[in-house]
Amino acid sequence: MTQGTTIAGRRSSQRGWLLFLPAFLFFCAFFLIPLALMLQESLKNGFDTYAFIFESPVYGRVFRNTVWVAVITTAVCLAIAYPYAYTVNRVGPRMKMLLILLVLMPFWVSLLSRTFAWVGLLQDTGIINTYLQLWGITDGPVALVRTPFGVLVGMVHVLLPYMVLPLMNTMGEIDHGQLQAARGLGATPLQRFVRVFLPLSLPGIVAGCVLVFVLSLGFYITPAMLGAPANMMVGELLIQETQKVGATRASALGILLLAGTLISMGLLAAVWKRSARRTEL
Amino acid sequence: MSSTQVTHDDARHRAAGQEPAAVRPPRRRELSLRWMALWAVTSAVGLYLILPTLLIIPMSFSDSSSLGRISGQWTTRWYVELLEDKDWLQAARVSLQVALLSTVVATVLGTAATFGLFKLSPRVRTIMQGSSLAPLIIPPVIMGIGIYILMIKAGLYGSLFSLVVGHAVLTIPFVIVAVSTSLSQFDPNQEQAAAILGAGPWTRFRRIVLPQILPGIVAGALFAFVTSWDEVVVSTFLVSPEYRTLPVEMWIQARTTVTPVLAALSTILMVISTLALLGMFRLRRARK
Repeated sequence: MTQGTTIAGRRSSQRGWLLFLPAFLFFCAFFLIPLALMLQESLKNGFDTYAFIFESPVYGRVFRNTVWVAVITTAVCLAIAYPYAYTVNRVGPRMKMLLILLVLMPFWVSLLSRTFAWVGLLQDTGIINTYLQLWGITDGPVALVRTPFGVLVGMVHVLLPYMVLPLMNTMGEIDHGQLQAARGLGATPLQRFVRVFLPLSLPGIVAGCVLVFVLSLGFYITPAMLGAPANMMVGELLIQETQKVGATRASALGILLLAGTLISMGLLAAVWKRSARRTEL
Repeated sequence: MSSTQVTHDDARHRAAGQEPAAVRPPRRRELSLRWMALWAVTSAVGLYLILPTLLIIPMSFSDSSSLGRISGQWTTRWYVELLEDKDWLQAARVSLQVALLSTVVATVLGTAATFGLFKLSPRVRTIMQGSSLAPLIIPPVIMGIGIYILMIKAGLYGSLFSLVVGHAVLTIPFVIVAVSTSLSQFDPNQEQAAAILGAGPWTRFRRIVLPQILPGIVAGALFAFVTSWDEVVVSTFLVSPEYRTLPVEMWIQARTTVTPVLAALSTILMVISTLALLGMFRLRRARK
């Protein structure tokens, strides 16, 4: 009997690998090999390309700017997504549906269209500046587009769903018995939130922050459209290098960006393991 | 001893919702104030999510060649200009071709792979499923440059093939996620019952499994299609004058100026995707 199941199990597992194989090969050919080729290309002149990048003040500024924009975007996303996700879990089913639909909107309206809308809103002759002057609030146009502010507004708009969704899921799983117990023991609303609700929502906060941070690092369209050349991010620099100079330095930039992404993900995994161990205890 | 007992009793009363009447009014006022603040933030975020995108519609009808300047005069001339320019139509045709082909590739490979995954041990499955999501996290500029170098080395740069495989790599994860969700709700005992009754593997798949996981496959395919139709960054590395997709064409034009023609095109695309979404909802409701 036991032998029968193992043979059947092995046969089923063999068939499983067979079905998995085509996608795996495809994945190797068009995902792993390209990454390997990029690494090889970046090392074409040995480590000189990397040395050049690390020594150049221009590239250094782009890297610092990228990390900085990613950090601010993540912080703003968290600050506005947290109350939003909290409300989603506290309202009736119809309202909940509406709020979730609003968050999912980015998945059916193209990123380009939304970026164009922001240009029309924020540029010097755009809607916001027209009304600011019409109502006499300002004399001339206020610089909104081609500024770090423009980039931030656009990026938070695109990345907000990636913060709201994990927060919403985690908050939905919080056991309200624990909050009631805290209330029963005399905790004030603020104490209940800080000591009970916030720690329980921490996995969602971590997941959302890492997701938004990692996705921000590689952003191209939004900063290129709404930012100034002085606020350039790595993604845009990489494309410019490829188009104007060639693939070697761009590949090195790609490897550095990849390293940043993987390090962020590794940190997530580490935090995850620690928090999992803590809940077990 | 008596003091601890009192606090205990008190706690039990409150937990059961029996609070002393005197405490209630201030707490409720405080609560509603907190709710008002929460609602203010939530509505502001909701408006921020939807309003700018909807404003593209009036922008596309405004009679000013500068996007976002509201002159008070309305026109449809940007739409006329859009439809008269054959480049857009050509780009849309290429995009449709790429999206359809890459959706077929991604759906077939992704569905087969997910079936394979469910026959493996749970531990191996979790690892494989996790790593198959990598293309979603790796920045698209990196995927773009990698595939670009590969295609130059293989002599396939500028081909339709390069765009199709580039998009398929990006969209296979969506198919795997969607089909996995469907398959995890499927009871494998049904397949065994059919096997005992003498159904071969192909019949079992077609008559038992497929009808039940079809919604997952369709959802995955749709997501793959929409993603490919919208993809800009990886495509930027791969397009040639012959095969230029619609988003890349839009992006190239937008780099010089964002014209009202682009707003008109965005509006048309938004209307199409909204109709498709509503159609899908109706279809699902009709089936139920």
